[in-house]
Amino acid sequence: MRFCAASDQAMLIYLGEEISLEAHERVLSLLRLLQQEPPAWLRNVQPAYCSLMVTFDATRVDHAEVESVLRGFEQRADSLPPPKQRIVEIPVCYDSEFGPDLEDVARAHHLTRREVVRFHTLRVYHAYFLGFAPGFAYLGDLPDEIATPRLDVPRKQVPAGSVAIAGKQTAVYPFETPGGWRLIGRTPLHVFKPGRKPMQFISMGDQVRFRPISRNKFLEFTA
Amino acid sequence: MSFLVVKTPGLLTTVQDLGRPGFGPIGVSPAGAADPIALRLANLLVGNEPGAAALEMTLLGGSFAFPEGGTVAITGADMSPTLNGQQLEMWATNPIPRGAQLALRPTKNYARSYLAVSGGLQVKPFLGSASTHLLSGTGGFKGRALRKGDVIQIGAPPRKLLRRRVSHGLLVSLKPRKVLRVTDGPQADQFSREAREAFARQTFSVTEHSDRLGLRLEAPAIPSPPSGSMITEGVSLGAVQITPSGQAIILGVDQQTTGGYPKIANVIGVDLHRIGQLRPHTDIRFERTSLTVARALWIERERILTSTEHIFV
Repeated sequence: MRFCAASDQAMLIYLGEEISLEAHERVLSLLRLLQQEPPAWLRNVQPAYCSLMVTFDATRVDHAEVESVLRGFEQRADSLPPPKQRIVEIPVCYDSEFGPDLEDVARAHHLTRREVVRFHTLRVYHAYFLGFAPGFAYLGDLPDEIATPRLDVPRKQVPAGSVAIAGKQTAVYPFETPGGWRLIGRTPLHVFKPGRKPMQFISMGDQVRFRPISRNKFLEFTA
Repeated sequence: MSFLVVKTPGLLTTVQDLGRPGFGPIGVSPAGAADPIALRLANLLVGNEPGAAALEMTLLGGSFAFPEGGTVAITGADMSPTLNGQQLEMWATNPIPRGAQLALRPTKNYARSYLAVSGGLQVKPFLGSASTHLLSGTGGFKGRALRKGDVIQIGAPPRKLLRRRVSHGLLVSLKPRKVLRVTDGPQADQFSREAREAFARQTFSVTEHSDRLGLRLEAPAIPSPPSGSMITEGVSLGAVQITPSGQAIILGVDQQTTGGYPKIANVIGVDLHRIGQLRPHTDIRFERTSLTVARALWIERERILTSTEHIFV
């Protein structure tokens, strides 16, 4: 456990120095404890792969006090019962109309498009955390066979629902936003929808699987 | 219930309050007024809670009709506000007669002006806040910037309302400044000594690719850490990220919640509202300070902003 001031009102807590399920479980446990017993000074928590960033009310506490409270939480985090694991399925149409980068990904790995889709749908992914934009879940780990670096020049607009890969990660864009990940398909689902409970389709810690659907099925969904 | 009508929307006018902190676990950024202090003071001038919903106007203000009248305050950047053609005093309580029209123009100095109305603007809250988050189209008025013809409801004003103005001394202490004070960012020690010296010495120009998500700065490139890519982690408001090409970005209120660029510094709490007032082509510099100093300044600022005797004349 390593502490580092992010700002005069925020602290980063590193629970591991590399991406691993073990570090991630520690992040999730500490987050759950903080959510169950939020200290009065806590303003926000931002989990990531192996860290948590805590924003605090600086009129009440300083970094040293935050660190000592969080060390206490961390000692108790192991005592939490493990969370129920949900399996979430995402239907995806991998047609080139929706996955403009699928061809390039296939070529880069000397695979056919169909093989790329097979590798993408083969695995059950772990939802490490939600970040970047509301409902954007960082899923991993992508099979090495299709792991591809992000685009050199990000797109100014990525359509909502785009299913994308970058490095060993995969994700679904909840909104039309700029983005540098490679687009290989699209889901007709709303992965973030205000008013729905919960708003996010994928939550941190979920197990996520992609299921290929035809273009017709996609259009049926969106109709 | 009273209401206001948007006659012209200005360049980018949104409903904002003090934001929705606390939803990091679902990737929702706090949003809220880019200059939260100007919003708080505008609200206090019209007898509202400091975090009531108000309008944030960017660079070019809008014009608004008040068919049933009301009481308003305008703070932040000077966009030459007028009421039925007569100059309107900023940083002060102003009654608006029935049917009057309020008009603002291009800014004469900073980036954002705030219009608070007694009773507060009434919009459907999203995750407990009226703030508009444009990227996700959530919060505020239909999740978007205001357009001509929009009608916004106004809440019931308090019964008794004092006419007040913000003290000159407080305004001077809050004035936008071109030297932003920073503490070390979480990756500061991974940058070379040359990079850190350049960061402290150089002048940075705010580019036009700047918005509520962040300010993109232009300056000779700051060399990135040699260690290469880092693991994506939570990023704080006011963080100064250095991109692989060496450009600096200061994260703003609509910021993405996580990021993978190394952060060399972070703007301190008492200067965060100043980020919201920087407009393109402004030259800025960074001055390093300590967490202890930053915290003492913050506590003092909050003490002043929570006692009316310090705020009003």
